[in-house]
Amino acid sequence: MIETNAIPAFVNRGSFIELNGRERAQALFDKGSWRELVGPFDRMVSPWLPMQGVAPEFDDGCIVIKGKISGKPAVAISLEGAFQGGSIGEVSGAKMVAALDLATIDSRDGKPTAAILLLETGGVRLQEANLGLAAIAEVIASILELRQHAPVITVIAGTVGCFGGMALAAGVSSYVVMTREARLGLNGPEVIEQESGKDEFDASDRALIWSIHGGEQRAGMGLADDLVEDSVDGIASAVQQFVRAGKPAQHRSEQVELYRRRIATLDASSQIDPLALREQWKSLNSKGRTQ
Amino acid sequence: MEESQLEGENAMSGHIGLRGKAWFQALTGQNEAREHDDPASVLTADALIGDEHALFLCVIPNPGSRFPCVRDGQVGLDEGYTLAHRVREALNADKDKPKSQKRPIIAIVDVKSQAYGRREETAGLFLAAAASSDAYASARMAGHPVISFVVGHAFSGGFLTHGYQANRILALDDAGVTIHAMHKEAAAKITRRSVADLERLGQQIPPMSYNVQDYAKLGLLHQLLHVESPLEPNLSEVNEARSAIIAAIVDARKGPPDLGVRRESRAAQKSRSAGNAARALMEHQWKNA
Repeated sequence: MIETNAIPAFVNRGSFIELNGRERAQALFDKGSWRELVGPFDRMVSPWLPMQGVAPEFDDGCIVIKGKISGKPAVAISLEGAFQGGSIGEVSGAKMVAALDLATIDSRDGKPTAAILLLETGGVRLQEANLGLAAIAEVIASILELRQHAPVITVIAGTVGCFGGMALAAGVSSYVVMTREARLGLNGPEVIEQESGKDEFDASDRALIWSIHGGEQRAGMGLADDLVEDSVDGIASAVQQFVRAGKPAQHRSEQVELYRRRIATLDASSQIDPLALREQWKSLNSKGRTQ
Repeated sequence: MEESQLEGENAMSGHIGLRGKAWFQALTGQNEAREHDDPASVLTADALIGDEHALFLCVIPNPGSRFPCVRDGQVGLDEGYTLAHRVREALNADKDKPKSQKRPIIAIVDVKSQAYGRREETAGLFLAAAASSDAYASARMAGHPVISFVVGHAFSGGFLTHGYQANRILALDDAGVTIHAMHKEAAAKITRRSVADLERLGQQIPPMSYNVQDYAKLGLLHQLLHVESPLEPNLSEVNEARSAIIAAIVDARKGPPDLGVRRESRAAQKSRSAGNAARALMEHQWKNA
């Protein structure tokens, strides 16, 4: 006999990961407060994909929603991991940069507007190569502008992860929120294996991948600010908390001396044990807080 | 064409970093890392450009690096944080100076890529790259003219870390110069194409091209500079490059400290018309949302 009250909690918890990019962005806003900008009906498509026999999407895999979170102005920019791996092309990149720049203008005009980046992406869309890379440089520049006035919150929920140039976008964000299912790194496992060989990185070793790039590891090391469960409520409330917190006193990517010292003391003579590094940095982080 | 392609291939296999070092030495008269605790891969110099002092930075191969995956000139953990440190040093030193007196920062670029290594990923290479990008962009936003001079390769994460946050980008007009998101062999593998197919596509689709003249069509470059001897520039070529850098500094000081010029340039109005149209529509809809 199965007891009905034995259903574990996660079954009833609304999964965030199971939502598509558009639903994820919508789920963050105060009810009835939001509107999608340059949406699929505007048909802003990549001009480069059809030239290569690839079907474009009417939103180019980038969803921009403006509205209110905890009563405060905010814009969410969500990359659809199911379209071309969430990659950045000319149009998706331009939408992202424009939304960030407009949030900066509003913030400067006395209406601080937070940005939430929902990143599921492998980085540059190789079919648009140099325009993708250029767009990423501009995304980074625009995040750095906006974060002087309002928080930029990156959410990596899963399952694509956040890799390539867009990992720098996460790196310059005010806050990074991850789930255990999420991954964050400059190079994905397949790319390292391809470039440096299986001895360097075995891309089929899932335990290895998550021990290095996984959300638990990144948050444990202090490279992400919050580790949350995969639930709509959990992620929405983490985002609300950071929107209310406003911009941090110092951003992680400004803490050059701290990380430079840590890298200087790394033993690079063999591979670095991820768990040992996490414990070491975690204890340094807690000491740092009391200074 | 065949010959110049061959030179490009050679540059890809063996010469990365040599051009960077040659130009750094030619422009600054120096060729060393700043201090003993800087890695030998990061060259830093204070040198005159025109009548003012500038900070010059360059990443070169360091075969003796303690990190195996950066020894061929890739940008890794030490490189990212050292660049960030040196740029922030200049930023702090000039923080009370008026904008017109903030020193120019010149990134000489010849970088293979980011480091493809497990050590690097474990210790958070993305943050080292972000910290360097942040430092360059912060210098630019504070009013430093940041000029990038691409003399060899400028690939993906390597270029994002070192050079792509500049107000103005100059590049040598030469077959050994390549600015791209990923080197040919890897891009071919990942997109399941042959290298020959990829090259053919590059001729039709400018953002995919590995040719710097096609890159120039995208509107992201300030200027292409032609020299006869990019590996060993002679005095007149060095002077020509110096004049071009000085002109770029003047131009950067006149304009806003953002990257708007890269989408507003005449070439970008054409090549980036789809992105610009999306931006215009976003501006229009934003006001009414």
